[in-house]
Amino acid sequence: MAEFLQHLVNALVLGGTYALLGIGLTLIFGIMRIVNFTHGELFAFGAYFVYLFAMLLGFNFFIAFAIAVVGGCLLGAAIEFILLRPLRGADIETTMLVTIGAWIIMQNTELLVWGGVAKAITTPFPETPLVIGAISVSPLRVFVLVIALVLIGGTYALIHRTKLGMGMRATFQDSETAELMGLNIRGIYTATFSIGSGLAAAAGALLGPVFLAAPTMGDLASLKAFAIVILGGLGNITGATIGGFLLAIIEELGAGYISSGYRDAMGFLIIIAVLLVKPTGLFARAERIG
Amino acid sequence: MSRYAPIFWLVIFLTVPLWLKDQYFLHVLIITGIFIIAAMSLNLLLGFTGQLSLGHIAFFGIGAYASSLTSVGFDVELFGVVRVVHKPWPAVAGLIIGTALAGFCGFLIGKLSFKVRGAYFIIVTLSFAEVTRLVALNWVELTQGPMAINNVPPFTVGLPGLGYVALWNKAYYYYLVLFIAILAYILIARLVGSRIGRAMVALKENESLAVSIGIDVTRYLILGAVVSAALAGAAGSLYAHYVKIIDPDVFHFMYTVTMIIMVITGGKGTLAGPIVGGLIFGFLPVAVRSFASPEVQWMIYGVFMIIIVFVLPQGIVPAVTQWIESFRSRPPNDTGPALASLATSRKED
Repeated sequence: MAEFLQHLVNALVLGGTYALLGIGLTLIFGIMRIVNFTHGELFAFGAYFVYLFAMLLGFNFFIAFAIAVVGGCLLGAAIEFILLRPLRGADIETTMLVTIGAWIIMQNTELLVWGGVAKAITTPFPETPLVIGAISVSPLRVFVLVIALVLIGGTYALIHRTKLGMGMRATFQDSETAELMGLNIRGIYTATFSIGSGLAAAAGALLGPVFLAAPTMGDLASLKAFAIVILGGLGNITGATIGGFLLAIIEELGAGYISSGYRDAMGFLIIIAVLLVKPTGLFARAERIG
Repeated sequence: MSRYAPIFWLVIFLTVPLWLKDQYFLHVLIITGIFIIAAMSLNLLLGFTGQLSLGHIAFFGIGAYASSLTSVGFDVELFGVVRVVHKPWPAVAGLIIGTALAGFCGFLIGKLSFKVRGAYFIIVTLSFAEVTRLVALNWVELTQGPMAINNVPPFTVGLPGLGYVALWNKAYYYYLVLFIAILAYILIARLVGSRIGRAMVALKENESLAVSIGIDVTRYLILGAVVSAALAGAAGSLYAHYVKIIDPDVFHFMYTVTMIIMVITGGKGTLAGPIVGGLIFGFLPVAVRSFASPEVQWMIYGVFMIIIVFVLPQGIVPAVTQWIESFRSRPPNDTGPALASLATSRKED
């Protein structure tokens, strides 16, 4: 039982960052109809930003984290502006090929700059774990979970409480009508891609110190984000949030009780199960964002 | 001219080992040929049905592993209960089994993901490739995991008077790859030119319309996936018996990307597209390798991919074909028309 609870706690920490990844990707897909393969690289960039600023340039860890999130937003906006804006209206396949190209370029840039060896990131948190009964959890992981929850809450507030969020929801429902009503669709697309990328970078910046920053970490992140998005239904933020935690729980239990070698295969098994049972995602309602 | 162009190219390809004495270039040509077969199989799905398989290397890898294991033999215990021992079979049996198994996986993937349209097929194939890689890495008893399967035997050919001769020689292997490539080309050309191919194109252009006139869309999509996966499996088998060693790296995503770049550069939905794109990207790494590290090489691939999408979204073959059309009155005097006619010759009949 204690072991089970320990797995659950680990899954909760992982799940928060998975949810961030999933929300970012589902926003971009839902609003812009772009299958975005740079998502995992933004995740990796987040981790490397923290490594660069906290470890190499000696910034405070928390400031480095904030820089990573803002840097992810800016990088996302740049990708949207340079590569995707000229292709607006192109079919899904075309934009996807462009994001695959960008992904290859980004990943190999990381390899070139940082080399293939994974980098460790140290944090100001004490190493000694907090022990509650039979469960132990490091302060860093508590921080990761709290920040992830704050960011998830912030994204919800942004979408439901702000004018930009209202514009995003309107664009999601019917971009043409929204544009006719005078919405600046281009601006909304850039903002969406930027926010989605920022969330991915935040997830990477949070998980980087927990594990390691490696150039190939983005591949699996992309794959998992896709699994989460399919699990929750394409374009469904609540679905992506629940999907993120669900994937983490399944992975953690699968690795703990079945085989750790197949940990990363769990996402695929989920995709299969969802497609067999309920292809529109587990939490699909009428097509609606929020 | 256009009628004789395929024969012209066939003669060129058939005589390569006679005038190309450089063993290294012959080696590059063999690897390129194997990837052209894989790219042709990807093109069947991407170009003619409009479905992108992002895990095509999975079928290639399954073909490679199944073929290697068939010809090397294995001894595994399933679930600690059933012990399966397999004695080595000839490499040709491996080719057949590898092709069939890859085709079967294509069937399962198609059956599963074509229930719904959109991005699902892409994501399912991508994840499938990752899982096959994990299985190859972790099921050490069967696949040797990262230690790789070594000493994969070459193909043997029974010749009258000589008995069985192993194809160690590069020139012989070149002819084997060429033979399979021509078979694959004819199979795809026949398929695309038939009722089935027209149905595939119809559903790519307008699925609702295709359904409304009674085309069973899902069935044709699945059929496309099976043939495509089987051909990729055959290419994988050829690869395994050529390089003689297979490890989980064969499932690397970059191989899928290479196939995609070959297809979209050459021109998806044309028969000659994967061949033209394949030759370019088969030899480009050789040219780039002299001055660039592998990372830079991949970055060049990425940049190339983006530029192609922006500048030549249809690919080289359709662009050249159009260019030829606009100069119809002039007699063709370069290789362009011949390449283009490869693409159009099937459409014309």
